[in-house]
Amino acid sequence: MRCEELAGMVTASPQGVAVEDWRGRRHVESCLRCQAELARYRKLLRTLRTLRTDVFDPGPGFVADVLASLEDAGERHLLRSLLSGHKVAYVGGLALASAGAAGAMVIASRTRGRMAG
Amino acid sequence: MTEILAPLVAAAREGDRQAFEELFRLTSSDTYTLAYRLMGNEDDARDVAQEAYLRAYRGISKFRGDARFTTWMYRITANCAASHLERRRRHRHEELADDAPLADRCVERDPQARADASAVRDELTVALAELPPRLRAVIVLRDIYDLPHEAIATELGITETAAKVRLHRARARLRERLYPLPGEEVAARAV
Repeated sequence: MRCEELAGMVTASPQGVAVEDWRGRRHVESCLRCQAELARYRKLLRTLRTLRTDVFDPGPGFVADVLASLEDAGERHLLRSLLSGHKVAYVGGLALASAGAAGAMVIASRTRGRMAG
Repeated sequence: MTEILAPLVAAAREGDRQAFEELFRLTSSDTYTLAYRLMGNEDDARDVAQEAYLRAYRGISKFRGDARFTTWMYRITANCAASHLERRRRHRHEELADDAPLADRCVERDPQARADASAVRDELTVALAELPPRLRAVIVLRDIYDLPHEAIATELGITETAAKVRLHRARARLRERLYPLPGEEVAARAV
């Protein structure tokens, strides 16, 4: 293992910072430079984890803007589902009308056949 | 927090918009904070957070609930931020290469201030903001928000190997800048 590879082998978890690869761990045990570097990575990763508790304020208007866009999206969704509901009704109606017309034609042709016979 | 969100998530999945709005109110600062970390400025962070909630609203019925709602929001936010950065990059026709040099805004290194944890945090915040966006996204999602490599790769549209390489580079840059080894101080000041 080369010293430059250490950064890629450092893993951080709530339990602490460790070198995940056994070759890495063995290398660190015998390399003073990497020991110093690992100590610095520990500090860096600990500090990075502390940033997790930061909360930034999105500023005035953000909540209202997002709620308005959600309302728009909700109304569009409702409109779409209504339209698609209507579409189903139209298609169903057309299918029913076509079936009715076909049935009427069959009955008419049978009646004509019986009268001719 | 999870206990508070769970019934709201269940209601929102059934189409209850008020429940989703409540979810938004409870998680908006957290999502905005991640968006800010990823984008580095308020305007873009607001746009990204807003887009993330819209996507979440449209997709909440498909949210299986096997992850926490907040984790799901982080993933959506990361995806929106990546799309936003990609659009901006294409629009400006500028390459945000992984190895692009950092802005030359060296923070004064006062030994006493460096001993102060809050000063280090401030310096880290500045250093993070100055990382190229593609490196910043990976280190923020992995080392601050604890997302697994696989999720990061999926949301950023890169391979897991690329995510690991970027993480490696981002950590190395921050480590050199904040905690230089003997002999690295001059180089750290120069970036």
